[in-house]
Amino acid sequence: MKRILFLALAGVIITSSFSLTGCSGGGDGAAIGAAGDAASRVYIAPGAKDEFYNFVSGGFSGQMSIYGLPSGRLFRVIPVFSVDPEKGYGFSEETKPMLMTSHGFIPWDDAHHPEMSMTDGVPDGRYVFINGNNTPRVARIDLTDFRTKEILELPNSSGNHSSPFTTENSEYVVAGTRFSVPIPNEDVSIQTYSEKFRGTLSFVKMDKASGRLSLAFQLLMPGFDYDLAHAGKGPSHDWMFFSCYNSEKANTMKEINASQADKDFLVAINWKKAEELIAKGAGTSMNVRYAHNTYNDQTHSASSNILTTVKVLTAAEAKGIVYYMPTPKSPHGCDVDPSGEYIVGGGKLATVIPVMSFSKMIKAIESGKFEKEIDGIPVLDYKACLAGEVERPGLGPLHTEFDDKGYAYTSMFVSSEIVKWSLKDFKVVDRAPTYYSIGHLCIPGGDSKKPWGKYVIAYNKITKDRYLPTGPELTQSAQLYDITGEKMKLLLDFPTIGEPHYAQACPADLVLKNSRKIYPIAENNHPYVTKKEVDTKVVRNGSDVHIYMTTIRSHFSPDNIEGIKVGDRVYWHVTNLEQDWDVPHGFAVLGATNSELLVMPGETCTLLWEPKSAGVVAFYCTDFCSALHQEMQGYVRVSPAGSSTEITWNKK
Amino acid sequence: MAVGASFLVALFFLPMWRITLEAPQYPKGNELGILIYIDKVTGARPNDLQNLNGLNHYIGMKPIESDAIPELEYMPIIVGCLIGLGLLFAALGKRWLVAVWLALLLAAGAVGMYDFYMWEYAYGHDLDPHAAIKIENMSYQPPLIGTSQLLNFTAHSYPASGSYFIGAGALLAAAAWWMSKRKS
Repeated sequence: MKRILFLALAGVIITSSFSLTGCSGGGDGAAIGAAGDAASRVYIAPGAKDEFYNFVSGGFSGQMSIYGLPSGRLFRVIPVFSVDPEKGYGFSEETKPMLMTSHGFIPWDDAHHPEMSMTDGVPDGRYVFINGNNTPRVARIDLTDFRTKEILELPNSSGNHSSPFTTENSEYVVAGTRFSVPIPNEDVSIQTYSEKFRGTLSFVKMDKASGRLSLAFQLLMPGFDYDLAHAGKGPSHDWMFFSCYNSEKANTMKEINASQADKDFLVAINWKKAEELIAKGAGTSMNVRYAHNTYNDQTHSASSNILTTVKVLTAAEAKGIVYYMPTPKSPHGCDVDPSGEYIVGGGKLATVIPVMSFSKMIKAIESGKFEKEIDGIPVLDYKACLAGEVERPGLGPLHTEFDDKGYAYTSMFVSSEIVKWSLKDFKVVDRAPTYYSIGHLCIPGGDSKKPWGKYVIAYNKITKDRYLPTGPELTQSAQLYDITGEKMKLLLDFPTIGEPHYAQACPADLVLKNSRKIYPIAENNHPYVTKKEVDTKVVRNGSDVHIYMTTIRSHFSPDNIEGIKVGDRVYWHVTNLEQDWDVPHGFAVLGATNSELLVMPGETCTLLWEPKSAGVVAFYCTDFCSALHQEMQGYVRVSPAGSSTEITWNKK
Repeated sequence: MAVGASFLVALFFLPMWRITLEAPQYPKGNELGILIYIDKVTGARPNDLQNLNGLNHYIGMKPIESDAIPELEYMPIIVGCLIGLGLLFAALGKRWLVAVWLALLLAAGAVGMYDFYMWEYAYGHDLDPHAAIKIENMSYQPPLIGTSQLLNFTAHSYPASGSYFIGAGALLAAAAWWMSKRKS
């Protein structure tokens, strides 16, 4: 009952904050001081470049978008878990395997948390990992060419939410179940939740040299909802922390039934010890099915393999490895400060922000005084692990990041604000409204050992009256605040793709220096590559026809093809011979039921085309490549099935 | 004198000339460059020459390729001879031989520049009549030395690092000749 009152109160606050801002008519000139000053802070002159890259999750778009900061300009949307006809992703023969899963081809997912790869606890600019929530997966995006290079499905999981946070040297990328399920999954009554349902916390190993991922082991956990995570750093290097709610083990009306206990938990896992235990042969091999998809830069092609075993360690077997730390009410965020000493919980329904102490936690473990055990997992004493509580922070603390001056910034969903507090005395020092209902926030390097504390960006859940309306669905939005002074200053609103959840940012130089301009044609090992115009050809193999085609400004070779028949499966293998930056060629043919191709310099892409009727069909370049781009076109003749038209093509 | 002659060895490693081409589509930092060595023509960056030849097909210019320029085969021999003669003359220690070497060097340089001009003329004027872009009375000859505008491209043509070694070699030889005069 108390909870319902609390929520009602929160509702009143939300309503009143809306009506207040409604009066302001949208402009925030007063809130940001001199508007001109804010404008000059985010203004990037034509041709000048932004200072930071911002990697923003696309939420239910399944993609990740790239922005520049401080301008908030959108540079690129990287297709990850969802098809993208613009780039041919998920449509070309080469990229279809990227979206294969144990359930077959899946064209969509819900992507929440980008996390940059790290070296010594600092973003190293190599990769961004991002989670697929609905069909549990982890993806690795390569920042040399801003493409998805690997997707690993997670067995024994449902709702991969607490993912893909990484350890200090990206030794591991973690993944945890948001929705506990029967493991192994079986046909049981949902009423058996409390006895049969379990969660898993997966540890995905990253190979330092190649970046390749492999599922090292899974911890079988009580059936709670595992929500977010962050790795320890410095003194807490060996530990990974997860937040979890629904310690009530409710299986219906979780909004009420999973909100009863005063405290839920942060899970502390000594991954280093778990690793040693696994190396000694602990755990059992379980038969499962999960897809592992990798993209090869030399063949410009993805392949998908189904793997069938995983090492599972029960929490009871993992003595001395897993501990529960109580934390106030339904935590979301689980964030570790740059020193590695403090672990901050973000209890959505909590009235304080708890700051847990790593050194106290170790003492509590060593003294062995546990409140109780849950399924063999010791529950530590809350007070024994507590460094302090931030009092009266606001309503609905969700997620905390850190600057380089000893301050923490916590997003407050319900009271729609960012609260800045000191890591010295856990006192609130400033608060700034967000428009509206901030979810995650991000400071460049703000979850690492070395934050670049210049800006904090709010990723909001509601936009309401901030932009020109676009019907019932409004743009999603982020907001940029200056945090170099004592007071946070709102500088900029900018729209985002899909729903922005978590994001990461880093100085542009870290990524810029490795940016790829072309794929060397000499290194192209695609099985259907054509490296010279004189080698272009058309080959019939039964009803499969392979067209070995090249593009270079401003023509296709060949550009007249005859002998295709209705019922053929025609594979257009288009190699872009260009070796010049920013000169992709596109390929589109009438009647293709998939998408276009967008072929980068030195790359080969394949479009499958199955013409349905006889006639002459045009194809053309879709990317305005040159002055004679409009002339970059060709014809393919389609004859009726069974006709005797020979395969011919024009040669240069 | 011997040092001056051996400076020419640098020509086997360093380009004599550089032509840089800027355009709206190839701004500073991303401009195209051609380097001319005694034995080859290359791009300033790995794909510059290929990209330039690709663009030149629009105006019908013949592709610039090392194999199409026979001078690049015998220029290393000439430079080798100049180095050999320089060392030999230095060993013989006759003052008038220094003058002869200097004259040979300058003559080779002059012939080289004339030849370079002729190649520039040929590439700039001998255009495919079926080219997409044809402009009456327009030729595409880059400047021998200096800067000129060729359609959307600004072409800069200047000596490159190898030529500085030729210059330094010539100066040293001249100095040797001058100083030996004062001694005698």
